[in-house]
Amino acid sequence: MHTAVIHAALIHAALIHAALIRTAQTDPVQAPGVYEGVANVIAAVMLLLEFGMLRQALVRDQIRLYMGQSALLSVLAVVIAADRNLPDLYALAALSAALKVVAVPLVMRRLLGRTESQEGEDAPGVAGSQTLSPASSVLAGIVLAAVGFFCFGALKIHGPAAPALALSLAGAMVLVSFGLMIVRRDVASQAIGFFSLENAISLAALVVASGLPLILETAFLFDLLVAVVVFGMLIRAHHVRAESLSTADLTRLRG
Amino acid sequence: MLGVVLALLIVPFAAAVACAVLPGRAARRLSPAITVTAGVASFGLVLALLPTVAHHDLTYLSYLRVDALSEIFLLATGFLYAAVAIYTVGYAERQAHYPRYARRLYAGLNLFAWAMLAAPLMSSLALLWIAVEITTIVSALLVAIEDTDGAAEAAWKYVLIASAGLGLALLATVFAYFAGSQVLGEHYNLAISPLIQVAARLPATPVRLAFLLALLGYGTKVGLFPVHTWLPDAHSEAPTPVSALLSGSLLAVSFYAILRYYQFTAAALGSGFPRDALLAFGVASLLLASLYVFGQRDIKRLLAYSSIEHMGILAIGVSFGAPVALAGVMLHVLAHAAAKGNAFMGAGVLVVKYRTKQIATMRGALDLLPWSGPLFLLAIFALSALPPSGIFRSEFQIVAGGLASGNYAAAAILVVLVTVTFLGLTAASTRILFTPAPRSLSAAAAIDRGEPSAWMVVPVVAGIVVLFVLGLHPPGELTGLISRAVAQLGAAR
Repeated sequence: MHTAVIHAALIHAALIHAALIRTAQTDPVQAPGVYEGVANVIAAVMLLLEFGMLRQALVRDQIRLYMGQSALLSVLAVVIAADRNLPDLYALAALSAALKVVAVPLVMRRLLGRTESQEGEDAPGVAGSQTLSPASSVLAGIVLAAVGFFCFGALKIHGPAAPALALSLAGAMVLVSFGLMIVRRDVASQAIGFFSLENAISLAALVVASGLPLILETAFLFDLLVAVVVFGMLIRAHHVRAESLSTADLTRLRG
Repeated sequence: MLGVVLALLIVPFAAAVACAVLPGRAARRLSPAITVTAGVASFGLVLALLPTVAHHDLTYLSYLRVDALSEIFLLATGFLYAAVAIYTVGYAERQAHYPRYARRLYAGLNLFAWAMLAAPLMSSLALLWIAVEITTIVSALLVAIEDTDGAAEAAWKYVLIASAGLGLALLATVFAYFAGSQVLGEHYNLAISPLIQVAARLPATPVRLAFLLALLGYGTKVGLFPVHTWLPDAHSEAPTPVSALLSGSLLAVSFYAILRYYQFTAAALGSGFPRDALLAFGVASLLLASLYVFGQRDIKRLLAYSSIEHMGILAIGVSFGAPVALAGVMLHVLAHAAAKGNAFMGAGVLVVKYRTKQIATMRGALDLLPWSGPLFLLAIFALSALPPSGIFRSEFQIVAGGLASGNYAAAAILVVLVTVTFLGLTAASTRILFTPAPRSLSAAAAIDRGEPSAWMVVPVVAGIVVLFVLGLHPPGELTGLISRAVAQLGAAR
C-alpha cells in the first residue's frame, strides 16, 4: 500500500518536472544546445535522486543514491569541460568522483558497519526515523522543489555558460535537501542530507561558476573531506553515548 | 611586513601541531608554555601590523591582504587568543582526566585561533569561506571535547546547523563569482578589492542574492535570529576557554565576512538594501536576546544570549550607516571581545568553584573569590555598557549615529532593549555575588575561600585594563585605524 503511494508520488514528481522542463525549453529566448540539454537532464535526474533519498528508509540505500548523484555531478563536470574547453574541470571531475563517489560513501559505510554490528538489519535508531510518512515527505519535497524551482527561475540569472533551467533545478535541490535534514530523526540521514546539499551547491557552481580557478575548487573539496571526517567522529561520539543513531533524545538543551 | 603576516599564519598552526604530536610527558610540560607563547606572540604580531595598516593596505602573494577592516578583527582575535591561552593553563590543570583531554584542548585551541586569524587575512571570498568553515569544524570538535551527553548533543546541533548555514554562504560565494565574472572575466578569482572597484557595473540580481544568502549563511555563525539556535547550546557545553573564543572572536569573524559582502553590495546597489536587511536581522536578534536573558538558569547560556544581543547591536550599527555609528561598530568589536572574554573567563572560575553551571546554586561569590568575584562584576557591568567601559563608548557612538542618520525609532528600540538586557544580566550576577551562601550549601560542598588559580585571574585583569583604555582614551593609532576602516566601509556607498 505504502509502496504504491510512494511510487505514485514519485511518478507525479517526475511528471511535474518533465512539464517544467518542457515549459522552460520552449522559452523563445534560449534555444537549447546539446550541452544545455545534457546539463538540464543531469540536473533533473539529480533532483529525482534527491527525492529518492527523501523517501528511502534505509541509510545504506540513501548512500547508494548519494553515490549516483555524485557520479552524475562528475559526468556533468566532464560535459562542461568538453563543451567549454576548460581542462581544469576534468581534474575537478576526477577529484570530485574520487571523493564523493568513493571516499565519502566508504567512510559512511564503515561507520554504519560499526554501529550495526551489535544489532540486526540497519543501524539502531535509523529505522522509523521519519517524522512524516514517506508519501507526506515526498509531497512536502514536491512543494519545496516547486518553490525553489520557481524562485530561482524568477531571478532570471543566466549568462552564456549558465542554463537557467539547470540553475532552477539546483535551487529546488537545495530546498529538498534541507527538507531531508528536517524530516529525519537520525544523525546518519541528517549527514547525508548535508552532503547532498553540498552536491546541490556544486551543481549550481558548475552551472554559473564553471570558470572558478581549480585551486579554489580543490580547496572546497578538501574542506568537504575534513567535514566528512568530523561528521563521522561526531556520529560515532553520539552513537557511543546514546547507543543509537536517533536524535529523538537530543532534547536536553533548550530555552 | 610580509614576514609578520606569514608568521601570523605559521605561529598558531605550528603551536597546534607541536601540542598534538609531542610525546606524553613532554606534552604535559611544554603544551602550556607553547600555547601561551603562541598566543602572546600572535597578539604582538597583530599589534606590529597596526602602524602600517593604519595608513595603507597590504597585499601579498595575491591571496593575502590586510586592510584596516581586517586589522580590527585581527586585533580582537589576537587579544582574546593571548588572554585565553593564559587562562587555559589554569583551566586545564584542574581537569581530572588531564593528559588526553589537555592535549586535545591545547592543540584544538591553537588550531581554532589559527583559523580565526587566517580568515581576515584572506584576500578572496572563497578563501574566506574556507577559513570560516575550518573554524566550524575545529570548534565543533572542541565543543564535543567534554564528552558528556550535553556536549555530544550541542556539538551535533552546532555542526549540522552551522554547516547548513555555511552551505548557503557557499552559494553566496558562487553568486558573487557569477556577478564578478560578468565584468572581470572568467578567470576572476573572487578577490574582494577588484569586486569593489567594478561594483557599479555588477549585475544587480546576483549581487542582491549573494548578499542575502551571505547574511543568512554567515549570519548562522554570527548567531542572528532566527538561525541562532546552535549558539546557546554550544557556548554552554564547550570548555570555558573555547566558549570565550567562540563568543568573543568567532562570532565577530563571521560578522567580518558579512561586512565584506556589505562592502561590494553597498557599492553596487546603494547602501539602502543591505542596511534594511541588517536592521531587520539586528532588531530581531536583540529582541530575542533581551527576552531570553531573563529566566536563564545556566550562567554560560546567560552569557551566550548576551552574545546574540551584541551581534544584533553590531548589525543595527552597520544599518545606521552614519560614520560615527560605523566607528562605534568597529570599537564595539574590540570592546565586546575583551568584555565577553572576561565574562566567560569569570563564569568559568565560578563553574570551577561551585562545580555547577546553575545560577541558583552559586551564592556568596564575592566572599569566596576575592579577585574573580569583583572582576566578574566589572565584566558584567562593562558588558552592559556602563561607563567607563569601551562598550559604553561604542554603544553611545552607535546610538548617536542612529539619531544622526534619522533612524529615531531604531535608535530608541536599541536603547530600550539594551537596558532590558542590562537588567537581566545584572539581576543574575548580583544574586550570585551578593546573596550570602546558605550555610547548608557551603558546608555540603565544602567550598573554601580563595582563587582556583592565578592563571585564571591575570588575563581577566588585562581585559579590564583594555576595556578601560578603550572607554576612556583609545590610543591615537587605534582611532586612526578605526577612521580608515569606516572610510573603507563608507567609501563603498
